[in-house]
Amino acid sequence: MDIATHVFSALYQFGDAFAFLVLSACGLAVIFGMMGVINLAHGEFIMCGAYVTAATVHAGLPLPLGILAGTIVSALVGVLVELAVIRHLYDRPLDTIVATWGLSLIATQGTLIMVGSTMAGVGTPFGSFQVGDYSYSIYRIVLFCSALGVLAALYALFNWTRFGVLARATIQVPHMAAALGVDTRLIYSLTFACGAGLAGLAGGLYAPTMTLVPTMGATFIMEAFVTVVIGGADVFLGTAPAGGLLAIVKSGMTSWQGQLFGQIGLLVAVIIVVRVLPKGISGFVLRERT
Amino acid sequence: MTGFVSFFRRLEGPQTVGRGRAFWSLFAVVLLVALAYPLFSDGYTVGNTVYFFVWVFIALSLCLIWGYGGSLSFGQTAFFGIGGYAYGVLTLNFGSAYGFTLVALVVAVAIAALFAVLLGYFMFFGRIAGVFLGIVTLAVTLMLERFMAQTAGPEWHIGSARLNGFNGMSAMPPLTIPWPGEPIVLSADIGLYYFVLGLLVVVYLALRILMNSSFGNVIVAIRENPERAEMLGYDIRKYQLITFVIGAALAGISGVLYTVWGQYITPSSMGMTAAALPLIWVAVGGRSDLTSTVVGTLVVLAAFQALTIYGSQYALVFMGVLLVLTVLIAPNGLVLGLMHWLGRLAVRFKQRAG
Repeated sequence: MDIATHVFSALYQFGDAFAFLVLSACGLAVIFGMMGVINLAHGEFIMCGAYVTAATVHAGLPLPLGILAGTIVSALVGVLVELAVIRHLYDRPLDTIVATWGLSLIATQGTLIMVGSTMAGVGTPFGSFQVGDYSYSIYRIVLFCSALGVLAALYALFNWTRFGVLARATIQVPHMAAALGVDTRLIYSLTFACGAGLAGLAGGLYAPTMTLVPTMGATFIMEAFVTVVIGGADVFLGTAPAGGLLAIVKSGMTSWQGQLFGQIGLLVAVIIVVRVLPKGISGFVLRERT
Repeated sequence: MTGFVSFFRRLEGPQTVGRGRAFWSLFAVVLLVALAYPLFSDGYTVGNTVYFFVWVFIALSLCLIWGYGGSLSFGQTAFFGIGGYAYGVLTLNFGSAYGFTLVALVVAVAIAALFAVLLGYFMFFGRIAGVFLGIVTLAVTLMLERFMAQTAGPEWHIGSARLNGFNGMSAMPPLTIPWPGEPIVLSADIGLYYFVLGLLVVVYLALRILMNSSFGNVIVAIRENPERAEMLGYDIRKYQLITFVIGAALAGISGVLYTVWGQYITPSSMGMTAAALPLIWVAVGGRSDLTSTVVGTLVVLAAFQALTIYGSQYALVFMGVLLVLTVLIAPNGLVLGLMHWLGRLAVRFKQRAG
């Protein structure tokens, strides 16, 4: 085996970890960055997306449409949750965590009761390719590209559209935005739906690669939280670099000592980073700027 | 002597609900009933009550950190698990002779507290607060769960104690008090009941004194306004760290007693669902008061168990609904609200009588 295959293998693993971290975190990061709300039911939105994707694919739809369906259904559920619960708790951020945790319990257990302990999965598409002695899944490359695509789309959404401008205005000075005629409640609803939809997208994208169980959200949630904690409140200055940094830690530790140590590495990285940069990477970057 | 008296005067004060002769008579009645209870009940029910009491300690720890301190820790189950596993490892290695189980209890709680010192240092001195604190502590407990769940192979052992992965450790010796002649074995019924009840009363009263002391007042001041507390010259990081460590020790006690009670401990005791349950008890009871936390925990636990008989799957859904509704409708907790209402009623009654 020559150096090139080693480098490719390392890059592949990095890309895989990066895609997982960014895709699972961006929905959480949008909601947290925009609204200061931590959505502990994030994992359950991911689960919802994955289940809807699998169900629609079983019903005969092609996978991309299934993923789209998963995204849309999650976003709609997000709107409902925002209207019913989150809306009443904006001035009590700690209570939102508690309430969304309650929702997460309901969703996990409700799915277990209604759908059963497992659901038939979807096969991973595209097959694999060979580099050196190892074969790699093409779908993982697709996931990496999707992660980059999601970041680009979010950038475009928040910088180039009217909704993005209004949303950023609402985050910066909510009262001012409201005084200027922005329907801030609607903006909050839409932002929450956007975050929930992104979670659903992550679920849909990963549905072909994992077993579908009601507790599958928990697989994502730790990585998502860790990325958001390290990244801080900004999606682009935070989540993306945090995803990159953590992907290096995770893929490095994983290839060195195995999967568990990859996760322990993540945790240690978080504890060290919050000690050094309490407001995350984006807080650090923004402080340097001002 | 006056110092001694003023120490106990702190049993009631601004930070705890319940004062005066009426409250303490009620307390004495409840205590007497609790003491006499095993005489009128069978071993199984008493053992079950011990199970309820065991959880009160972790609820009190959350009440201390979240209700009084204002920092929401999701990771109390991490200390619960550490305490439980530490007790298991210690007793499986060294046995239960010469009252070693009591030493193991203390050491296990100390290990949990030490871990909290380490974690708390990074968190509070890194000045993370609010939602981030919750997330980091949650990540820690989920990580511990995953770590313990993969220790299935025979290579994972500490001394002669196998960790056994997802199945957890079992067959730890019960608590034993050395006694001239025959050592007293506290099996999971009447013996353990009195031990846990005694510990609970001591911890409850000690926490009341602590929260009404100047330390407790500073903790509450930090909850109300950290900046102002800091401007008044308090190093809030130290106060938060100490609260966190005390809370961790309480959660550790819970873990040890749980292990003693059931003689097993599994990784799922640190998982997502396990971490959510204490939060529900404390939130429903009323997080900012010790008494309402104790009462709320016992009531919710009893309700949960009653529901489980009809369908354990639905019981968890019900708990989730209860939590969401409590947060939305009665954010201060149901029991605490009830207690305040009773207090107002008593005052009005007194006024009318006078």
